[in-house]
Amino acid sequence: MKGILVNYEFCTNCHSCEVACKKYNDLPIGEYGIKVTELGPWERVGKKGTEKWEWTYLPALTKACNLCEDRVAVNKLPLCVQHCQAWCLYHGEIEELVKKIDGKSRWALLVR
Amino acid sequence: MFNYQEFLDTINRQAYHEGEFQWEEDGYVVTRTNHWSPPGCHNSCGLLIYTKDGKFAKIEGDPLSPFVNGKLCVRCLDMAEAIHNPNRLKYPMKRAGKRGENKWQRISWEEAFAICEREVRRVWDQYGGSSILLIHGTGRNTGPMTYFGNCALKTPNIATYGFTGFACYLPRLFGAFAPVGDYMIADASEGSALRYANPEFKAPEVLVVWGNEPLKSNADGYIGHWLVPLIQNGTKIISIDPRLTWWGARADYFLQIRPGTDAALACAWLNVIINEKLYDQEFVEKWCTGFDELAASVQEFTPAWAAEICGLAEEDIIASARVYAAAKPASIQWGLAMDQQMSSMSLNLACCDLMAITGNLDVPGGNILIRNAFNAMNIELTENAIPEEWRAQKLTMKYAFGDNAEEFTTHAASDAVLKAMESGQPIPIKLCWIETSNTLACPSMDVGRVYEAFKNVEFIVNADPFVTPVSAAFADLILPVSMSAERDSCRTWWTPLRTINKTSQYYEAKSDEEIMLEMGRRLNPVYFPWKDVIAFLDWYMTDCTVPEDPERKEFTSTNLRLEADKANRPTNKLGFSELSQAGGFAYDEWNAVYRKYEKGLCRPDGSVGFATESGKIELTPIMYEIWGLRPTPYHIEPPESPLSTPEKMKEYPLILTCGGRSWEFFHSENRQMPTMRELHPEPLVTINPHTAAKYGIKDGDYVWIENDHGRFRQKAFLSPTVNEQTVHAEHGWWFPEQDGASPNFFGTFDANPNNCTKAYETGPAGIGTSIKCMICRIYPYKEGDKMPHTVVVEEGGFFQYTPGQGY
Repeated sequence: MKGILVNYEFCTNCHSCEVACKKYNDLPIGEYGIKVTELGPWERVGKKGTEKWEWTYLPALTKACNLCEDRVAVNKLPLCVQHCQAWCLYHGEIEELVKKIDGKSRWALLVR
Repeated sequence: MFNYQEFLDTINRQAYHEGEFQWEEDGYVVTRTNHWSPPGCHNSCGLLIYTKDGKFAKIEGDPLSPFVNGKLCVRCLDMAEAIHNPNRLKYPMKRAGKRGENKWQRISWEEAFAICEREVRRVWDQYGGSSILLIHGTGRNTGPMTYFGNCALKTPNIATYGFTGFACYLPRLFGAFAPVGDYMIADASEGSALRYANPEFKAPEVLVVWGNEPLKSNADGYIGHWLVPLIQNGTKIISIDPRLTWWGARADYFLQIRPGTDAALACAWLNVIINEKLYDQEFVEKWCTGFDELAASVQEFTPAWAAEICGLAEEDIIASARVYAAAKPASIQWGLAMDQQMSSMSLNLACCDLMAITGNLDVPGGNILIRNAFNAMNIELTENAIPEEWRAQKLTMKYAFGDNAEEFTTHAASDAVLKAMESGQPIPIKLCWIETSNTLACPSMDVGRVYEAFKNVEFIVNADPFVTPVSAAFADLILPVSMSAERDSCRTWWTPLRTINKTSQYYEAKSDEEIMLEMGRRLNPVYFPWKDVIAFLDWYMTDCTVPEDPERKEFTSTNLRLEADKANRPTNKLGFSELSQAGGFAYDEWNAVYRKYEKGLCRPDGSVGFATESGKIELTPIMYEIWGLRPTPYHIEPPESPLSTPEKMKEYPLILTCGGRSWEFFHSENRQMPTMRELHPEPLVTINPHTAAKYGIKDGDYVWIENDHGRFRQKAFLSPTVNEQTVHAEHGWWFPEQDGASPNFFGTFDANPNNCTKAYETGPAGIGTSIKCMICRIYPYKEGDKMPHTVVVEEGGFFQYTPGQGY
């Protein structure tokens, strides 16, 4: 089974995955194949440095997503992965993807 | 965790047609190229453009290009909406009816060129070439503009007009050149084609993000996202910003500084690092001069002093200075806000001094010295192509205001131009050539005054893909400009050298390069000998030696930086077609080398050292004195602030900062694109929720932002990213969907912070501005309130002033 692994600790919400997918699949205004959700920003009481603020983004796949199967079939990257400017999206077999989870930052596995 | 080699191994190079420039795929023709502008930004990313039947169809990034490895931003991904936009100009247009009516009549290119030539020659005859003003913007293909202005229009007066205080990039460029001899940028492996796989590259231990938000701005030839892999792999962040950003939320130290006080912080950092001997003593002794003067000068700038000025905790100033100094290596990602302060040149010097004394200059993971790849496009100075009497009328601060300071850059000073345009003194401006600038929507400080001043110009030509507010208000002629995908072009800034390839044609649009070439042929053919754009590009990419003209005399510019640059001759041998076929980009050797100063790579004679007079870094540069500047760092308080004008704070209790970037727009560009507006429909003023509650403002309400100069309206966005004393407003907005005729002009005045900014107000020597550190009040908009376009266009402005004079 193939999926998308997100190292969402580092997602910057640049919208590139959203727009790349939207354009390729010709989705109308308001519709997305992948959409980034936002957590925060909120200030965590009593915390300092890197732990003080929670302001994080996490993408989600919609039913419009087919993991770019036609591109993958000709050995190209899914468009969201290819255009992820924050270098935090990976595509592949889920058994291989989970091996990347390093326990040092936050990850999520997205499947369709 | 980021692994670049693993990424490279992931890419199936055959699937992306490695080695091919153009190929057929699923009924499309695919072209491997680079993007620039328009619409664009300061960068030039590797692309695959898909065309069908000669028309642009779709776009994606090129994973085989190391500049961004195929990772495009949303603006590039939305290219089809720009190229096929129904608002695009198809043909040259002559004004029909009065200025401001936004009525146009189609003409041919032949007629357009003939009109332009006739008008230029008339102004030459009646007033002289110096009465012609060439206005350009930023980031677009502006490289040849100086050549065009000097050699075709025969004017020394070239400006990013409206931009008081040279307050964009030039203070950093020259602020770096004076002490160091070169410019510096944060190392993220960008100097080498190997990128992160370069075995010599090392990630910084600490990255200071200061005066910019690089992920959205991507300014000055730098991709902000280059830094994200470093953070993934452990680089720590110090974020210095009035707003919480992605960086501040992940920082070990987030210093939420009061806008306009960064120089005080920089001075305090120097104070701590010097007094605690945290600097790189060996590097200072071997490679720097002026250390004792610097050390003495910063003694009064204690952390306690800076804490009060900046609104920061003293202990955070001290601790962050120690963290930066102790890191090996450390880098400073510096940006536009450095240039938009009254202390601009002082702040930029302080940053250079910090990089230098900590030994973080031109080391892996530090701030690397950077030059245009192959020194390409380094055209020698061409002001001497202009008749001497016209050249003498360059609108410098010295010429227009009698300032006792030598010329800072090739550009005319915006305030000197405004004085000339408003009052006719010291010379009048009679013709404006506006190419690559949306002058009213974007750069013009004191936009109401700029609007009035334009009325004095007899003839205005505007080259643009769209009718913009300045076209609607003032253009007598509009020339339709090609998008990036519709032109052959090239660039460096900084590395690699890149070609941009024409893949389609839109009606009768021409590229800026084509327009300049044709006008040059007509006006001064000796300087425009090329038979077509490709021949011009071949010249521009290679030796770019200025064509011979027996009437051109040798001359020495008073600008020492540009004099020094004469030694950096171009070395690239590949022409436009050769480079395109070879992949479209080429990295040079120079930029890939670290510690160039030890290897004889900086100075023209090949000796070791930096490209300064002494070969050393001048921590207190003599050139600053030549420019009329104090050669040691210090702080100047904004003209209106809690400290300098406490009596005004009751009426204007909040700090107004402006100009933060968004994902969707490059300055005023992309307001026509449905997808970009879907993501970002309206200009937003960011207000802290507690502050908003105090003024009865809810999220999504329209809000007035007002100071003693004027007001503008934006929509409230409540967010804790700004503190309770600060609001942040967006810039560059106009509304293409609205009426373009007078008085509305696409709503360009209505959401415009430049109703509040001031021309004629600069830092020392005419450099620097306070546009990011004003004071203001906010209150809810009410239906029926008078809009700024009514005030500016119909009522003569928000306030009284004397043309040609400041405040």
